[in-house]
Amino acid sequence: MIQYVVRRLLSTVVVMAVVAFVVFSLLYLTPGDPAAVIAGDIATDEDIRLIRVHLGLDDPFLVRFGRWAWGLLHGDLGTSIFTNLPVTHLIAQRVEPTLSLTLCTLLVSILVALPLGVLAAAKAGTWLDRAVMAFSVLGFSVPVFVIAYGLILTLSVRYEILPVQGYRSFHDGWWEWLRHLVLPSIALGTVYIALITRMTRASMLEVLSQDYIRTAEAKGLAPGQVLVGHALKNAAIPIVTTIGVGVALLISGAIVTETVFALPGIGRLTVDAILRRDYPVIQGVTLIFSAVYVLVNLAVDLSYVLFDPRVRY
Amino acid sequence: MAAPAIAAEAAAARSMSPTWKRFRDAFRRHPTAIAGALILLAMIAAALFAPWLHTVDPEAVSPVKRLRPPSELYWFGTDALGRDVYSRVIYGARVSLVVGLSVAIFSTLVGLAIGLVTGYVRAVDAVVMRIMDGLMSIPSVLLAIALMALTKASVGNVIAAITIAEMPRVVRLVRSLVLTLREQPYVEAAIASGTPLVRILVRHMVPNLVAPLLVQGTYVCGSAMITEAILSFIGAGTPPNIPSWGNIMAEGRSLVQIAGHLLLYPGVFLSVTVLAVNLLGDGMRDALDPRLARRM
Repeated sequence: MIQYVVRRLLSTVVVMAVVAFVVFSLLYLTPGDPAAVIAGDIATDEDIRLIRVHLGLDDPFLVRFGRWAWGLLHGDLGTSIFTNLPVTHLIAQRVEPTLSLTLCTLLVSILVALPLGVLAAAKAGTWLDRAVMAFSVLGFSVPVFVIAYGLILTLSVRYEILPVQGYRSFHDGWWEWLRHLVLPSIALGTVYIALITRMTRASMLEVLSQDYIRTAEAKGLAPGQVLVGHALKNAAIPIVTTIGVGVALLISGAIVTETVFALPGIGRLTVDAILRRDYPVIQGVTLIFSAVYVLVNLAVDLSYVLFDPRVRY
Repeated sequence: MAAPAIAAEAAAARSMSPTWKRFRDAFRRHPTAIAGALILLAMIAAALFAPWLHTVDPEAVSPVKRLRPPSELYWFGTDALGRDVYSRVIYGARVSLVVGLSVAIFSTLVGLAIGLVTGYVRAVDAVVMRIMDGLMSIPSVLLAIALMALTKASVGNVIAAITIAEMPRVVRLVRSLVLTLREQPYVEAAIASGTPLVRILVRHMVPNLVAPLLVQGTYVCGSAMITEAILSFIGAGTPPNIPSWGNIMAEGRSLVQIAGHLLLYPGVFLSVTVLAVNLLGDGMRDALDPRLARRM
């Protein structure tokens, strides 16, 4: 057990090192000379050269990577070119809307997708199953911003039930906070729900054909008890894995969703940074989001013990 | 089924050409896949013959006619510069299809090459797979954004960026298949009889990889179309002077309350095209490899 955890942690460290290396390479290949930007318009070539030496920009690639990674380990993601503020500071300011959006979506998606998938598997081959599968294919095909605008054009513009855009902080009242998150969460959640539903159905179908399910039914357990207590529990591992892998969709989708609904989150920060060519911010966000994704999947891998006592590593 | 019905059907089958019969059988077994293929063909035709489909110059600006709602004259309305949205949407099919197909082809070829080598050569495997793990840990849209930030906006660069983001998944698929294939008796026999490595790869491995790669390629195509639209939509993709579905929607972003048609029509075209590609992929997956169907 401990050996497995240690090995899994080590491989996470390796993956994160590779991610850091890729992001640094992007930084290294970035066009433009930061020294010239800092020096300003009236600087001489000698000034720029001095700044380059001061910043260590003339050092070899690996030396610069080492220095950058050292800073990274001390929580230094660089400085934004546009605002001249530390990137960590900029990201920290924007955490709340992104966290609200993704956690809301995650919760709603799991609550919708698990019952849908279980139901589709239990009623395999019926119209209900086919409807769920059709929804799943649609969910994979309609991009998040198309769903978002579909919802806005009907529910917000035509019927004026929910706000078109914007965000309210949780501290200013949970009702308004929630109202502003309903449409973004549905839009962002659709593809995630499609993914989890499909995997839940497939995994449940596999388990439902097992002998112990027939035994459970034969000894007279209620259908619901068999489905949830026996089948879902044994089908859990692929489902949990998919929930973890799907977080990548959630992150990519959050960038788009925040743009559509004008939520002042990390995604919005990224899009603004693209328009301003603010490279350190783009790379900082890439690094943070990737780290979150890697850590979520680490947690998922370690959680297998909870679902299956046979897993002892 | 009654005997006369069977006889009638048999007679009908005899009278038909084999191609048509095969098509009919395929349609009966996978109606959604064929529907997807037909929609995709229609979309390709629209992209190819765009100038003859009642379109006008998609870049023709006309400030007098700005933000007209859809009408008999302007089927999909006009945008903030008075350009005809119908023409822009039809021409926009070109970008989506070119990007989708190119990314599918390039990422499959590159992924195949890397996957074959890593699956077969142990020494390379560990290093390359760690790099692939790292690349796959960066959400693909984010990786494409970071890559696009380095270069100037162009369709070629969009294709390159999305290919890099999609390719690791192909590598992983090819590698896992190669690892199982190399344990097969006929491969062992080929190795034992001294067949050169390249010949083993080309003659014994690649033919077994075609079916799964075709299926994977379709899914990559659909996902690349969505990524292209997302990149264009947030201003990191196709240059704004080229009409693409993502670009048209980006222009409608600030006009959502007054000009919904700018978002509706390109959105529907994009969704229908991706849906067609995915249906085709599902059908091919079921038809070509039933084992894969259960795994995905």
